[in-house]
Amino acid sequence: MADRYQQLINTPIGRIVSKQIGLPAPVELERYRPGQPVISGPVLLGAAPGSTLAGAVARVLAAVGAQVHTPLREEARQAAADAGLDAPIFNPEVASEGDRFKALVFDASGISDSQQLRAAYEFFHPTIRRVLSSGRVIVLGRPPRMAESAAAAVAQRALEGLTRSIGKEVRRGATAQLIQVEPGAEDQLESTLRFFLSPRSAYVSGQVVRVGRPVARWEGVDWNQPLNGRVALVTGASRGIGAAIAEVLARDGAHVVGLDVPGQRDALAEVIGRLGGSQLTVDITEENAPQEIAAHLLEHHSGVDVVVHNAGVTRDKTLGRMSAEQWDLVLDINLIAPQRINQELFARQALRDNGRIVCVSSISGIAGNAGQTNYATSKAGIIGIVEAHADAAAERGVTLNAVAPGFIETQMTAAMPIATREAGRRMNSLQQGGLPVDVAETIAWYANPGSAGINGQVTRVCGQSLIGA
Amino acid sequence: MNSSRRAAVLGGIRIPFARQNGPYAQASNQDMLTATLDGLVEKFGLQGEVLGEVAAGAVLKHSRDFNLTRECVLGSRLAPETPAYDLQQACGTGLETTITVGAKVALGQIEAGIAGGVDTTSDAPLALNEDLREVLLEAYRAKSNAARLKALARIRPQHIVPEMPRNAEPRTGLSMGEHTAIMAREWGVGRAEQDELAVESHHKLAAAYDTGWLDDLVMPYLGQERDQNLRPDTSVEKLGKLKPVFGGPDGTMTAGNSTPLSDGASAVLIASEEWAKERGIAPQAFLVDAETAAVDYVHKREGLLMAPAYAVPRLLARHGLSLQDFDFYEIHEAFAAQVLCTLRAWEDPVFCRERLGLEEPLGAIDRAKLNVHGGSLAAGHPFAATGGRIVATLAKELHEQGSGRGLISICAAGGMGVTAIMEAA
Repeated sequence: MADRYQQLINTPIGRIVSKQIGLPAPVELERYRPGQPVISGPVLLGAAPGSTLAGAVARVLAAVGAQVHTPLREEARQAAADAGLDAPIFNPEVASEGDRFKALVFDASGISDSQQLRAAYEFFHPTIRRVLSSGRVIVLGRPPRMAESAAAAVAQRALEGLTRSIGKEVRRGATAQLIQVEPGAEDQLESTLRFFLSPRSAYVSGQVVRVGRPVARWEGVDWNQPLNGRVALVTGASRGIGAAIAEVLARDGAHVVGLDVPGQRDALAEVIGRLGGSQLTVDITEENAPQEIAAHLLEHHSGVDVVVHNAGVTRDKTLGRMSAEQWDLVLDINLIAPQRINQELFARQALRDNGRIVCVSSISGIAGNAGQTNYATSKAGIIGIVEAHADAAAERGVTLNAVAPGFIETQMTAAMPIATREAGRRMNSLQQGGLPVDVAETIAWYANPGSAGINGQVTRVCGQSLIGA
Repeated sequence: MNSSRRAAVLGGIRIPFARQNGPYAQASNQDMLTATLDGLVEKFGLQGEVLGEVAAGAVLKHSRDFNLTRECVLGSRLAPETPAYDLQQACGTGLETTITVGAKVALGQIEAGIAGGVDTTSDAPLALNEDLREVLLEAYRAKSNAARLKALARIRPQHIVPEMPRNAEPRTGLSMGEHTAIMAREWGVGRAEQDELAVESHHKLAAAYDTGWLDDLVMPYLGQERDQNLRPDTSVEKLGKLKPVFGGPDGTMTAGNSTPLSDGASAVLIASEEWAKERGIAPQAFLVDAETAAVDYVHKREGLLMAPAYAVPRLLARHGLSLQDFDFYEIHEAFAAQVLCTLRAWEDPVFCRERLGLEEPLGAIDRAKLNVHGGSLAAGHPFAATGGRIVATLAKELHEQGSGRGLISICAAGGMGVTAIMEAA
């Protein structure tokens, strides 16, 4: 879905004008449609000497049926062979102009000092301009704090600057991420690689994701319907991002329990009716709301697998003009209610094994925003929830993560003044706003049973926004 | 006749190879092969001998040469009672005749025979214009004079243009060079490594001439004493200046790292040990085994000249050998890129696993053992004559060393590859 500027810039005249005066030229991002392959073009898989993740990556690429090429490097060739990939060789020295890739995947795990970062340059230098529209750049490394030496930690940390800059250099809807895989978590990579290779991650770029050991055992994910047989609670499900989350989780096979305030009953019924889910009308700020929710889930579904704390409000005023009610309402709904609900669900053991809690934060919570002290406080608090509770959740076999949306095209942003809106839309690497479905897809990635190794993380869905970066 | 014995290579000879329309421009296939057979007769004292057979062939052949080898035998100093036949397997011809004669010796069907090959790209078999040919055949078939005249009336001036032999694969329309350019790109073979291989080939062949090593393998012919294509003073710098001829303007293949169209002939004497002993000739090497493979370059898009990469591992498996168990590797240098693609494929885990079904790659070879007395890039490549050149060269190398094992690999048009193992006698 293109906004009006995009439509204009993508006309023949628009293209000439934008090129002449250097206007941003956003492309329409590819987005996932059911039945689509994970990746629709050739993938170049490279590896720095001594790297150890290429094998796991190649197995995933083989599983998704990707057409894989590799440079003439031993690690990559061996990984491809072991995964059963009949991968052609790519040698930039003799490659023709027209050789292009949908994804560049580089295993940098073997880089153990700063000189060796040169291997990343050598892989990307001849290839970075060969990335196709809506392409993907994925660098794999190890978490610096788990590195074997200080020098390795430095080099692995340096990769963040590389990927974030690549995210800003690749154009035409392409994205770049760094995936840090903990030793022993190589077999937990699949859901994450699938997500970041596919159009599901259309509006996620410049992120650092950590794949760790799983919080619970899982096996045999049906990648077309990963949430089959799972129950997902979505708060604020009647409209906007919440409705999109409900739709995507239902599409992935979940039974969705849509929750909203009684005043939204009709809108909620419409969304949930379409999805074949069930609904629950509760004001989450009520004293006994957590008990009511836990009881409902236990009684009707004997528990819950996925909880998405999406419900949120804004009451914007500069701090000096903000009423105490405005402060309290935003904090109650956005921050305090999720904490109370989590506490109750854990106390009642309502979350099943390999469960998920996903909170919705915001880049306002990361960067702060004038006129949103209450909102930004609540959203930064969400990140606090993730940081404070993820370890305890893991002990109960549950992951706890957050998404932090940037500029997402909703009724709320449509009502913004044009200058603010245009600035918000364009000031990111993809030069456009995201869609509610982009947030929903990211939550669906966390919710996937195969994402048991993703815990305690905040992933921005912001097109690599300059704000808060 | 169910036992088999060893077939010995006693030695070979060839005329110097010449470039197309060079010193042999007026020589026919029959001229060159007859002279070469006589060279072998001279070398081994075979005047008036009745041999079991002579098998030879040419890739480019006139239709009148339907019995080329037999005619050459009749023109040579061999006994006229020596039978002969033509055999043709594109560039594999020379090695395939060796394998066939060797197999008959091993089975005891014959005691001794000559394998050989010849080709001329100068005295090329131009054919009648295809449209004219149809007209003439129709006139020939006509029952009445009127019908005959009617058919002949269709002759047009453009029918004077003859049908030329083309160096192109009929099923793809691509020349061998273009096919190899595709392979080079697929295998990421660069320009510099191709030029380096070509330079080495020239320097090694020049050294072989300078040290007299080739004296008993090459006989003078029509005033030519060395291969005309040989450039002893060539260098990577010089070859680097050449423009690409295959693979488009950014291609890596040039006239310097591809073999030129050439004229020449070669022949090898193969016999049982007993036959050799009776005549006091010491065998140089034994033919151990051979394997020919073909690839589907049309539908499965395997590289046209990749078949040897498939044939060799089968040979190795049959004998429980590794690729490193050889003292000499004679790989036909049709194009430097072909050699490099083959070596790269054997080192590549993906190719070895996916295409060859091997757990481990065959690995790298010691390049110091590759084409130690030069290869086709320097000598030139008269298609059917190359096999005999290589067999004779390897036999002498093994004989000189007194022990050891050698591998031959020759790629051929039509997606074929002929390979063989020889051991020192």
